[in-house]
Amino acid sequence: MALDSRIPTGPIEQAWEKTKFDLKLVNPANKRKHTIIVVGSGLAGGAASATLGELGYNVKCFCFQDSPRRAHSIAAQGGINAAKNYQNDGDSIYRLFYDTVKGGDFRSREANVYRLAEISVKIIDQCVAQGVPFAREYGGSLTNRSFGGAQVSRTFYARGQTGQQLLLGAYQALERQVNAGTVEMLARTEMLDLIVIDGKARGIVARNLVTGEISTYIADAVVLATGGYGNVYYLSTNAKGSNVTASWRAHKRGALFANPCYTQIHPTCIPVSGDYQSKLTLMSESLRNDGRIWVPMNKGDKRKPEQIPEAERDYYLERRYPSFGNLVPRDVASRNAKAVCDEGRGVGPSGLGVYLDFADAIRRLGEQTIRERYGNLFDMYERITDENPYKVPMRIYPAIHYTMGGLWVDYHLQSTIPGLFVLGEANFSDHGANRLGASALMQGLSDGYFVIPYTIGNYLATNKLGKVEESNAEVRNAVACVNETISKLLSIKGKRTVDSFHRELGKIMWEYCGMSRTAEGLQKAIGQIRELRDDYWQNVTVPGAGADLNQSLEKAGRVADFLELGELMCIDALERNESCGGHFREEHQTPDGEAKRDDEHFSYVAAWGYRGPGNRPELTKEPLEFEYVHPSQRSYK
Amino acid sequence: MKLTLKIWRQTGRKDKGRFVSYAMDDVNAEMSMLECLDVLNESLIERGEEPVAFEHDCREGICGSCGFMINGIPHGPLPATTVCQLTMRHFKDGEELVIEPWRAAAFPAVKDLVVDRRSFDRIIAAGGYISVSTGNAPDGNAILVSKDTSDRAMDAAACIGCGACVAACPNASSALFTGAKIAHLSILPQGAPERDGRALNMVAQMNAEGFGGCTNIGECTGACPKEIQLEVIATMNRDFIRGSWKRRDQEVRTVKPMTEWSTGSKLKIDPHATS
Repeated sequence: MALDSRIPTGPIEQAWEKTKFDLKLVNPANKRKHTIIVVGSGLAGGAASATLGELGYNVKCFCFQDSPRRAHSIAAQGGINAAKNYQNDGDSIYRLFYDTVKGGDFRSREANVYRLAEISVKIIDQCVAQGVPFAREYGGSLTNRSFGGAQVSRTFYARGQTGQQLLLGAYQALERQVNAGTVEMLARTEMLDLIVIDGKARGIVARNLVTGEISTYIADAVVLATGGYGNVYYLSTNAKGSNVTASWRAHKRGALFANPCYTQIHPTCIPVSGDYQSKLTLMSESLRNDGRIWVPMNKGDKRKPEQIPEAERDYYLERRYPSFGNLVPRDVASRNAKAVCDEGRGVGPSGLGVYLDFADAIRRLGEQTIRERYGNLFDMYERITDENPYKVPMRIYPAIHYTMGGLWVDYHLQSTIPGLFVLGEANFSDHGANRLGASALMQGLSDGYFVIPYTIGNYLATNKLGKVEESNAEVRNAVACVNETISKLLSIKGKRTVDSFHRELGKIMWEYCGMSRTAEGLQKAIGQIRELRDDYWQNVTVPGAGADLNQSLEKAGRVADFLELGELMCIDALERNESCGGHFREEHQTPDGEAKRDDEHFSYVAAWGYRGPGNRPELTKEPLEFEYVHPSQRSYK
Repeated sequence: MKLTLKIWRQTGRKDKGRFVSYAMDDVNAEMSMLECLDVLNESLIERGEEPVAFEHDCREGICGSCGFMINGIPHGPLPATTVCQLTMRHFKDGEELVIEPWRAAAFPAVKDLVVDRRSFDRIIAAGGYISVSTGNAPDGNAILVSKDTSDRAMDAAACIGCGACVAACPNASSALFTGAKIAHLSILPQGAPERDGRALNMVAQMNAEGFGGCTNIGECTGACPKEIQLEVIATMNRDFIRGSWKRRDQEVRTVKPMTEWSTGSKLKIDPHATS
């Protein structure tokens, strides 16, 4: 299958403007005749639903939580990038574009990234107008900070709750449309299958999570904004409910899945404390602006941090990367933390932790300033660990945080199934092999507020869609598939809980497809995942009934999909016989241990097609071309 | 440590519900309250029983999904902490914890510790926004907002919509929730043009939902995991009174509270689905 990414020709600076002009429009009076389904209500889905509703489309928005305001975008802490150059420090659209392509280790699509940088400035304007209380200077103007490896201050923030405030902005815009009658909100309703008729996405099958009722919803186009799949690792910073089910079931209906192995490990999370642990808590990366990361110089040094003299501390990031220091990108910071712990120099009870020390910053700026900048984060750390980070250094360790891979989309954000569009973290397009800090919020809102409202109109204007009857064979087939999976899960009545399988899958993924990967390990993981999946379908137990609020059943369906996705991630990681960004193959590193790309053989997007249970997925390659930012070895030294 | 969890079990809205006690022998002091429930649920499933249904998602204290009463206190004994971040070290060995859902007429029961909080969404839909459609915004720095004003708006905007304020209030009033959104938007210059109508509409919807009236008791702010201050209620009252005068001719519209969880539009096949 050949992939048409629909990248516009001509100068990149004019590509989006030109595309917008070329897109066909839907007459204002006809918009209400089009039904659009949006699955997910986070930054991408919430923004898309609100904006499509404002334009006059008939929108149905679905989320599995009790309210659209719960979407996991809400947990983003640090900020949102925009090339405003308010700080007069040399930022520009081109620089944000350049940094993002480079930060993604030259594995993203230039045209998409340029558009993202271009739109970034409008996002801030929109959010300010909505009443998002961004941090301000005394004079009343917006303030910025430098964030995650950027050498300019382009990050806008609302204390440590930027994601919350941006999401509430989108949620309020969405509720305004609910009130206006253009958006119907279906909370506690989970998409379980995609309906594809004559090769086009025409609706979804969804389960009402309170009554268990299975219903079909027909539309002219379907938008997935269902987030990432980091929970395949069981332990991650994602919300417990975050899952791959909507994306995965669309994949099984023909949407290609791109670069599944690209996962981001966030360097600053609270270390694991025990087996009961249900998730990992992120401490915002902004902490690295003022905190210094170190471990003891000597292996097995069990002294308390304050007893270790300056000369016996190794500020390893400052030592190895003098120009970026503690602000190196996430993948580099994470790998270095793992390396020092592997050397036996890790701290804390498990030995899997490094110090993030604010003593110098407190001496320099005073405790009050640090409290203003990070107060809520320090409080959260203390609540969880019972240690006061104003007095003793924090202990941090990397954790799974974000997935750059996702459903393949073209420049219009349309998947390989016409009429199925994918936004935000659920698609693969903008971050390459590594995402820069404060860019996820930017992408979600860019896709939702400013891209999909244009491109979906073009699809609707240029496709003639017939009426879909309930008796349609594809509709009945999709409903039957959903019912069959549910009754199968309920009927196995084995001996092991869903969570126990999920935890085991997570351990395999973290061990062999986590921060560093080898061919041997990945092959082993593929075998283990297959065995675990077989065992799952023999031995899982799901209590309760289908026609009820049944949280075990919800989880069971999601874990079944993770068990398939995990294998695909390992296959992709094995196939990608190079290191790039967050994908670190031990076989491919520079003499000083940095990721070594192989542009000659791997400068492509790996898009995988589903070929039925047990069959090897089919790989289609979308070659990547770099006309503007020339691939070079990333260096943060 | 050992704990007894006395938990409210209720199969659905029609069930009367009852407390069931569960003995926990090996609770780790580092685990969160929700992880403690996870451990209980794993053991219930292994014994072939139905696990306790409870709401949770981010487990970082920001999504607002979780929340229940522990010994009569919303989110338990630790101030400014949701149950997902409440670690078990705050309880004593041998203690009994009475765990029950938020109880309010405007939060109908769903199952066990899960209640229906869609009334909050309807209050927001009644006016908890600034009416600016995508694409209409001027440059971000064209609207100057002093740092103090922005900070005060942020204090109010920190509300996570968990419902603890309602559960804490003897009248089951949602004045703190509604006031927080009104204050957030009313303090900012961007929110000024709609200030009067917003308060009228949101307060009307709050009343239509069956929340009780505010009698300035203040339990809400004490229970709030984000420490939203009582002054937001004063702001709401001020805006409401002013709106009642200035907009006395405005027709105030409310929507009927929906308590069923039927399938949305009820339309299996949408009549508008063709072009």
